[in-house]
Amino acid sequence: MLVGITILLVFQLIGEVTAYFLGGFVPGPVIGMAMIAVVLTLTGGVKMLEPAHRQTLETSRSILANLGILFVPAGVGIIQHLDLIRDRGFALLAIVLLSTVITLAVTVWVFILVKRLSGGYADE
Amino acid sequence: MNNALWVYLATSPLLWLAGTLVVWLAATAMAGLRPGNPLLNPIMLTIALIAAVLCFAGIEYKTYFEGAQFIHFLLGPATVALGIPLYEKLSLVKSNLVPMLAALVVGSLTAVGATVFFAHLFGFSPSVVASLAPKSTTAAVAMAISSGLQGDPALTAAVVVLTGICGAIIVTPMMNAMRIKDYSARGFAVGLASHGIGTARAYSVDPVAGLFSGIAMGLNAVLTSLIVHLFL
Repeated sequence: MLVGITILLVFQLIGEVTAYFLGGFVPGPVIGMAMIAVVLTLTGGVKMLEPAHRQTLETSRSILANLGILFVPAGVGIIQHLDLIRDRGFALLAIVLLSTVITLAVTVWVFILVKRLSGGYADE
Repeated sequence: MNNALWVYLATSPLLWLAGTLVVWLAATAMAGLRPGNPLLNPIMLTIALIAAVLCFAGIEYKTYFEGAQFIHFLLGPATVALGIPLYEKLSLVKSNLVPMLAALVVGSLTAVGATVFFAHLFGFSPSVVASLAPKSTTAAVAMAISSGLQGDPALTAAVVVLTGICGAIIVTPMMNAMRIKDYSARGFAVGLASHGIGTARAYSVDPVAGLFSGIAMGLNAVLTSLIVHLFL
């Protein structure tokens, strides 16, 4: 557990430092996410690192199983905007609902269409 | 309750940290009783209950956040942790690279474009439009984009969470109605539209959907920060 969380935090740190030098338009944790996948792939066969690998996988699994709770603190911030919600709540909700439905539909259609055209479903 | 004790506890981080965890566990247990019902979204239930308690008791968000920040902080390492399923299923990701990139570009443009269009249509001020524009990306990135566009990052954070919950609730019934059976496509769409909250939902439905959702979230965070200027 401790080894796993340390590795995740170190990769986040490396990601943040990289993000700083890239000018900040790619978030640090996202760079850390790509980097940890690359490093795990490169070091996959190294015997000495096997315990660290295992612990990283275990820690990640338990964090991802409880991903939802991490959004609660930011979400409760909605109470700072009760006046806007009272005055324009319906319009805000309509914008969020419409744009999310459209985005979901367009994204999934393009994915399926391009996969079909490039032969991704050939074996089905 | 002893009033002095309440005053003491209500201002200590411990109460709000422990409270958030307890409410979350209760909400997930409740959602677990009816797993097929996306309306019983544990994130929405937890936020609604805590927000109601804070408003009722007259507690400021700042006070609550002093306790909840320990949970909030884990968003960073959790994002890094999304790299692990990426490593475990790398060949599956590679074989879907072309559809992923196509869906990313079109989806990202659609997410920002549709939001800005409807926000103008409903007559919101430029500052609110800028605050809404990056709402499909993960909270930290959306807030950075929003403040760069003279938006209000606090409003952005709230709308980002609303977008996440909205996508998490509608994705399963919508994809079923559209007869989409490919979980890589379903996951990618919800991660792009509804970032980490969509990804949390995707993981609870199917591990492959969760994997593609996490990738879409990461890629869309990068692309949105590059294209958002095209619309504002």
